[in-house]
Amino acid sequence: MDAITGAWDWLAASANWAGEKGVWHRLGEHVYLSAMCLAISCLIALPVALYLGHIGKGGALAVNISNVGRAVPTFAVLVLLTLSPLGTAGDWPTIIALVLFAVPPLLTNAYVGMREADRDVVEAARGMGMSGPQLLLRVELPLAYPLIMTGLRSAGVQVVATATLAALAGGGGLGRIITAGFGNYNTPQVVAGAVLVAVLALLVEGLLVLTDRAFDPMRRGRSRSRKSRTTADDATPAGSPA
Amino acid sequence: MGAQGCLEANDWICGEYVRTRSQELLDATVQHVGITLVSVVIGLLIAFPLALIARRWRAAAGPVLGLTTILYTVPSLAMFALLTPVFGVSAAVVVTGLVLYSLTILVRNILAGLESVPQEVREAARGMGYGPVKLLFGVELPLALPALTAGLRIATVSTVAMTTIGAVVGYGGLGNLISSGMEGFFKAEVLTASVLCVLLAVVADVLLIGLQRLLTPWTRAQARARSRARRERRAADRTAKKAVA
Repeated sequence: MDAITGAWDWLAASANWAGEKGVWHRLGEHVYLSAMCLAISCLIALPVALYLGHIGKGGALAVNISNVGRAVPTFAVLVLLTLSPLGTAGDWPTIIALVLFAVPPLLTNAYVGMREADRDVVEAARGMGMSGPQLLLRVELPLAYPLIMTGLRSAGVQVVATATLAALAGGGGLGRIITAGFGNYNTPQVVAGAVLVAVLALLVEGLLVLTDRAFDPMRRGRSRSRKSRTTADDATPAGSPA
Repeated sequence: MGAQGCLEANDWICGEYVRTRSQELLDATVQHVGITLVSVVIGLLIAFPLALIARRWRAAAGPVLGLTTILYTVPSLAMFALLTPVFGVSAAVVVTGLVLYSLTILVRNILAGLESVPQEVREAARGMGYGPVKLLFGVELPLALPALTAGLRIATVSTVAMTTIGAVVGYGGLGNLISSGMEGFFKAEVLTASVLCVLLAVVADVLLIGLQRLLTPWTRAQARARSRARRERRAADRTAKKAVA
C-alpha cells in the first residue's frame, strides 16, 4: 500500500511534472518518438507487404521476419546501436530500434491479410476487367484491412514499449522516470513512472482500436459476411487449427 | 600482443573475452535459462486451468482473454517496475512479469487447440465410456497439442528475449552482461551476450519443435496425406479444365 500512496504523492507533486526531467517533457519525447517511428515503419512495411501480397511472392520472408523480431532482445539491439558509431547521433539509435521492431508485425499481418483475401472475389474482380492497381486498391486492400489494422495495433504497442526501454540505453521518454527512480532507490517514483507508461500504452491501444473501427471500409457488411464465412468453414472437413 | 589486443582495442568480437570470462558468461546463461524455464512452466501451469475455465463457462472467456490482453500491452519495464514494491528486488519480480506475459499467448492457444477438437471425436470417446477427465487428458489434450506447442514456442522465444529486461532489477541473466557492458562501454561483452541470447531462443525453439514431433507422430502422416490429396486434386482439376477446353 505504501508504494501506491507514495506513487500517488509523487504524481500529485507539480514539481515532478515541470522541467527538463518532468513528466510533460518525457511524455512529449515518448509520444513524438513513437508517432514518428510508427509513421516511418508504415511507410517502409506497408508498400512492401502490399506489393508482395499482390504478386503473391516472398511469403516465407514476410512470415519469418516476425519470428526473428520476437527472438531478438530489444534491449540488446538498443545497447548495440548505442555503442556503435551511431550512438553519438542523438536519438538515432532509439529511432532505428523502434522502426526495426515495428516493421515485423506490420509486414507479416499486411502480407497475410493480402494473401487471405478471398481468391474467388479477386478472380471475379479480375474477370470484370479490373487492372492490377484497381484490384489492389478496391478489392484486396479492403479485404486485408482487418489484418493490416491488427498489425498496426501490435506495432503501436511494440513501439510504445520499445520507446520505454530506450531509457535503459540512455534515450529519452517516460522510461527515464522509471530508470531514474531505480537509480535513486526511489520506489514511489518507479511505480509512478510505471503507471504512466502503462496508461500511455493502454491509451495508444484504445486509440488504435477506435481508429480501426472508424476507418473500416466494410463497416456494415463485415459482421454479416463474417457470419457466413464461419458457416462455410464449418462445412469444410479437417479445418487447420488456428 | 595479438589476442590481448582485442580487449584493449575494445573490439566487438573478442575471443580473449570469451576465454577469460567464460565463468561469468556461463553463470549468466544458467540464470537466463533458469528464469525462462521457471516462467514458462509456471505460465503453462496457470494457463491450462484458465483455458479450461474459459471453455467451461462462456461468460468467463471474455474477462480472462481481455485481462491477459491488457497485461500484454503493459511494457516490460513498467511491469517489472510495478512488481518491485510487491516482491522487493528479487528474481520473483522478473519471473512474475514473464509469467503474466506468457499467459496471453498460452491461454489463447490452449483454448484454440481444445476448440479445434472435432465434436464427433468427443462424442465417440464418450460413447466408448470416457469420463470427463479421461476425455480431457486422453483425447482432447493430445489433439490440442499442435496448437499448444505453437503457443509454447512463441511464449518461450519471447520470454528468452524479455528476460534481458530483468537486468533493471539485477536478475536479467545475459541482460545483466549487456547492461554492465553498456555502462563500461565494453563492446565484446554486449555483443557476446546478445548473440548468446538469440542462440538460446533459437535452441529453445528447435527443442520445442522436436518435442512436438515426438509427442504428435500422427500429424506428420496427416500432413503427408493432405499434401498428396491436394496434389491429386490439383491434377484432377487440370484434366477437368482440359476436358472443358
